[in-house]
Amino acid sequence: MTDEAQHAAAVSPEQALGWYRQMVHIRKFEEKVVELSGRGLVSGSTHPCIAQEAVSVGCISALNAEDLVLATYRGHGTFLARGGDPKAAMAEILCRETGCCKGKGGSMHLCDPDIGFLGTNAIVAAHIPIASGVALANQLKKTNRVTLCLFGDGASCEGAFYETLNMVALWKVPVVLVCENNGYAISVPVKKSLSVPEIATRAQGFDMPGISIDGNDIAEVYETTRRAVERAREGGGPTLIECRTVRWERHSALSAGFYESREERKRWQVVDPIPRFRTVLTGQMAVQASVLEEIEQEAEEAAEDAAEFAIRSPLTGTAQLEQDIFA
Amino acid sequence: MREITYSQAINEAIREEMRRDPDIVLLGQDIGVYGGTFGVYRGLCEEFGEDRVRDGPLSEAATAGFGIGLAVAGMRAIVEIEFMDFSPLILDAVANQASKMRYFFGGKVKVPLVLRMPSASKLGLGAQHSQSLESWFMHTPGLLIAMPSTPYDAKGLLKTAVRQDNPVIFIEHVRLYATKGEVPGEEYRLPFGSARIVREGSDVTVVAIAMMVQEAVQAAGELEKEGISVEIIDPRTLAPLDGETIVESVKKTGRMVVTHEAYRTAGVGAEIGQVALEGAFDYLVAPIRRVAGKDQPIPAGPLQDEVFPDRDKLAAAIRDLMEEG
Ligand SMILES: Cc1ncc(C[n+]2csc(CCOP(=O)(O)OP(=O)(O)O)c2C)c(N)n1
Repeated sequence: MTDEAQHAAAVSPEQALGWYRQMVHIRKFEEKVVELSGRGLVSGSTHPCIAQEAVSVGCISALNAEDLVLATYRGHGTFLARGGDPKAAMAEILCRETGCCKGKGGSMHLCDPDIGFLGTNAIVAAHIPIASGVALANQLKKTNRVTLCLFGDGASCEGAFYETLNMVALWKVPVVLVCENNGYAISVPVKKSLSVPEIATRAQGFDMPGISIDGNDIAEVYETTRRAVERAREGGGPTLIECRTVRWERHSALSAGFYESREERKRWQVVDPIPRFRTVLTGQMAVQASVLEEIEQEAEEAAEDAAEFAIRSPLTGTAQLEQDIFA
Repeated sequence: MREITYSQAINEAIREEMRRDPDIVLLGQDIGVYGGTFGVYRGLCEEFGEDRVRDGPLSEAATAGFGIGLAVAGMRAIVEIEFMDFSPLILDAVANQASKMRYFFGGKVKVPLVLRMPSASKLGLGAQHSQSLESWFMHTPGLLIAMPSTPYDAKGLLKTAVRQDNPVIFIEHVRLYATKGEVPGEEYRLPFGSARIVREGSDVTVVAIAMMVQEAVQAAGELEKEGISVEIIDPRTLAPLDGETIVESVKKTGRMVVTHEAYRTAGVGAEIGQVALEGAFDYLVAPIRRVAGKDQPIPAGPLQDEVFPDRDKLAAAIRDLMEEG
């Protein structure tokens, strides 16, 4: 049995299918964003989470409805995994009135507090202390809510990350820090930016648990996060989870992609979490291929619907310009 | 004369200086083979090697600190910050260290450090990637600040910056990188504190910063057809600021508009306007105007055009001013 199959053994078929559906929906959504970006419909840049869907879906599905999530500009998948409305997301990415942030945030700023999604941020690592403050507030208010924060390997080099580790470990803050190590920060590979082979080991110096896992194995991401969330909820404090994953071939839909080797560029296609999980579903779980094809079809349509909705929505108008500056 | 882009001009300045002075080291993110976020450093890593073109981790605050350390230890560091919007991460290193270290150590150290940072606008990148934050630095004594608007000025000022024994904030503009202009092949350097009169005129003085210089030239062309003669001044450096050239111009025209993309309130336009007031009060026939960025977070998407000044908003302000007096 593969690791993947083993990890999935404890999962119910409903849950497994739910994961598959979410991952495929995110993939189709992101492919649509890339397509729209190519057609000049996306203002500025956009950072696809293609090939990283298992991290978003796996760790977010380990949360309760009251828990909270903060993520990065590469966070469309986290928004959708949390139950965010794909139409509102697409409209936001296209800067439309109907966007989840009224079209004023754009691709790098999706937010929906109603579903516990406190937004994606475009300053690398800046949201790590912010997420931890959110978690601290919940600790102080004794809410039992856990905060999940996703960020990249590059972010783990920022001072804000280390300062935060110290404080959350010190105060046993109920936060789960998920580092999506996709191997690159724009052009810089981790071997040129990190002094350790595993980011998870950073936790040791702060006396908190750190664990490095295969981020493209969704059942492992889920199970690891579930335990960390449980620990946080019971007052055991923070955990750092490093999800080893890969990035879509380019940093953003705008940036050049020539700095990676050809083999590297092909790598994600081999470890792609979606076909990997498909094998588990059709194998040990004996799901009919036709069921999966239906999901794929439905995801394609949902992405198309979201795009149509966004394109039909008006661009955010000047009436919005001065709104939302002060409460 | 040959024409090169603003980006090439910066690349040439650094390349020439690095060939001349083996103590110059470049620090930043994505500056190695990738050539910098906007490709300004293309080819430098290949020529000077990874020791001198040091691709570093995403640690702006620490990178700026390393730059200061290199500088006080006798080298010359050029640090690239990918967008000026990230400069808050290095503010402590700039405002509390680099700018006053020589002073508080009684002249015992030198800090030859250049912090290069592009400001951007209208790229649709929203609130955290569209700002011009030069006034934060202008509010910090102990710094030299350049903000060139042409390839010629960019090269000449950067070469001067690199030879300073003081910290320099060198502000580029993302939308200028691809613009072309005449740049001589021969060695030249431009002094700080010397404004450029971009265009002579007699009715109104427009002091324009960075991207707004081009916009002002366009606006002036339009207004000329209406019989309004606009003089345009590009200060080129904000510290030191060439107040004399500005004051002399205002004495001649009696009217002044300052224009920049940065937020209007407490933007450098307020300071520049005050310099003109102090030096040419008796000559002014109308209040000094500012045509600047709106005081609010910058939206992503087409709505962004509402917050930035442009040639039309500038021309409208000048017409108003002409009616006032
Ligand atoms: C403080 C800061 N520095 C630099 C940047 C420019 N930048 C945007 S994304 C990025 C790479 C971040 O890499 P990583 O944290 O690994 O996340 P990934 O993009 O791979 O998901 C950089 C350098 C930024 N947005 N914020």
